Amino acid sequence: MSECLVDIPADAINPVEPYLRSERIPHIWCPGCGIGTTVNCFARALDESKLDLNKVAIVSGIGCTGRVAGYAALDSFHTTHGRAIPFATGLKLANPELQVVVYSGDGDLFAIGGNHFIHAARRNMDLKVICVNNLTYAMTGGQTGPATPDHVISTTSPYGVFEPAFNLVQLAEAAGAAYVARWTTFHVKQLARSMEEVMKKRGFCFIEIISPCPTLYQRRNKMGDGLDTMKFYKQVSKIRNGAPTSECGLTKSGEIVVGKFVDRDRPGYFEMLNAQMTETLGDRYVIPEASSCGDC
Amino acid sequence: MHADPRGVLTGVHFLDGDHACCEGTLAAGARFAAGYPITPSTEVVERFAWRIPTVGGVFIQMEDELAASITMQGAVWGGAKAFTVTSGPGFSLMMEHIGYAAVTETPCVFVNVQRGGPSTGLPTLPAQADMMQAKWGSHGDYGIIALCPNSPQECFDLTITGFNLAEEFRVPVMLMLDECVGHMTEKVVIPEPDQIEITPRRYTKKTPEEFRLFEPREDKVPDMVKAGDGYHFHVTGLTHDERGYPSMTVDTQDKMVNRLQDKLKPFTNGRAIFEAADLEDAEVVVVSYGITSRVAQRAIEMARAKGIKVGKFRLITAWPFPEQHIRDIAAKVKALVVPELNLGQMVREVERSAGGAAKVIGVPHAGGTVHNPEVILKAIEEAVR
Repeated sequence: MSECLVDIPADAINPVEPYLRSERIPHIWCPGCGIGTTVNCFARALDESKLDLNKVAIVSGIGCTGRVAGYAALDSFHTTHGRAIPFATGLKLANPELQVVVYSGDGDLFAIGGNHFIHAARRNMDLKVICVNNLTYAMTGGQTGPATPDHVISTTSPYGVFEPAFNLVQLAEAAGAAYVARWTTFHVKQLARSMEEVMKKRGFCFIEIISPCPTLYQRRNKMGDGLDTMKFYKQVSKIRNGAPTSECGLTKSGEIVVGKFVDRDRPGYFEMLNAQMTETLGDRYVIPEASSCGDC
Repeated sequence: MHADPRGVLTGVHFLDGDHACCEGTLAAGARFAAGYPITPSTEVVERFAWRIPTVGGVFIQMEDELAASITMQGAVWGGAKAFTVTSGPGFSLMMEHIGYAAVTETPCVFVNVQRGGPSTGLPTLPAQADMMQAKWGSHGDYGIIALCPNSPQECFDLTITGFNLAEEFRVPVMLMLDECVGHMTEKVVIPEPDQIEITPRRYTKKTPEEFRLFEPREDKVPDMVKAGDGYHFHVTGLTHDERGYPSMTVDTQDKMVNRLQDKLKPFTNGRAIFEAADLEDAEVVVVSYGITSRVAQRAIEMARAKGIKVGKFRLITAWPFPEQHIRDIAAKVKALVVPELNLGQMVREVERSAGGAAKVIGVPHAGGTVHNPEVILKAIEEAVR
């Protein structure tokens, strides 16, 4: 054991602590898992963004990343499998002043929830979608998912994956996302900055985070532990901001293109709704109020 | 409190059941609907989409019923009164979120305009074959309320009742119309807003420090909160403790699941909604609901004309099933006749509640049209024999 080189004052607090439900720690994630790293970045982004935390809500689906909502000291919703985005849509539409973050995994958002993802992007719903992509269904023991690359071994692909995987960033762009970025859990500074950036961006924003699952993905594919994966990410990642998303597909051990790929202005859902209704109904249109039944 | 006048179309109207149901949602204070088109229910949201921009609220057409039924719940936690509308195949997809609404105690309303099944079945024709699905369709144990209107006027009235009950008990409430009631056009009287009683959402008065999301009041129902008010609460579909935190213990499961059912106990018999007639001298009682109750009415009148002492008991709350009422009736009559547009669903509840005290005769029908009153009459005649 190496000795601690810094004296930590007794009254010191971790800067991310105010953003977490410390009474629920320790969390359920395995050693070497990348989800905690992303949560750390998220807490730092909240800290930097100076948002009113009473007006930030977080919605998760099911799976390892689905547990993030439960650890965030915000109004938080752990919904059903794949349905975080439609739940978040209702939350946002009923209470437009909320900043609504969807935090979930690749299986949840792109297999069972894939239809909801593309439609929310099409509508340019004002949601910040953060996808921790560990390339597998981890909670259930390491099955093939819609983002699992070719030739990977999983419990349901014991002879190797042969179905083509989704390129999530390309899918997000094609469906209409206003902002699309990808980082790995090695890129903590860039990730935190991206997360902070989307808090200020209107419309449907998507951040993909390539993240290790040493217990089920790396181990089964002889890719080492959490630290080995960090070294791997460092070695194979290439920052290419503005890269065409069609060139950002992932392979088992090839290059990982990271960066901000899309940052465009599209009218948001409310803008389009209000414009259409005002044009058609004029003064008769009543702009939806936040929480219309709050005082009733 | 009374209805918000902005949503109330006071006056005498000529409406079909679907449209009347929509006016009921607006009068009840619903300002959010998420839907997906499906016959014969679509008219409810079509009218809502037309009406809501001038009332103040949102309609969104979602990509499927899975989405619609959870978008509605997001809106509820955002502070709105909200509902969704569907029919058989869509109702099957919504089962996932009936369970979520039950376990998260999200007050919301599912409208199901029943058509013939199974699967795509008879899109434009009536059935009452989703009655057990409404009660048991999602996995696990939980409680719901289901109401069965038999006219456009009741589609309006019971929709308001349904929203009020959802708020009072924090359960998903199902309005179980059928294609006939949904598409039949009749006179509908919409009262003045101050004549319409509305149950407001019971938001907690506690501070965020004191507040526990699922701490029940004496009536076993917890107070509500909404996102954005500083409570930093956690909602999960996992088994949870009173704080709302996941807890995978036998004790938490026992406590939570029992309360989800127990909170409805005061409603089950004491406040059951029904219509009864001619029970005093009855030898036979026809138990029916929805459109079938109107066909049964004809059969009852024919039987009375023949001198048969037949009474009527119409279920308006189908769930929780008013078992005590049926038990009391069964103790006094020879037989109960239960016509329904399915191969035998609510008849089993009648039989269970009667407990052998009276004969129970089902009059099943596979759906696609209503019963011939003669068939029900025949069953009544057999019952007294």
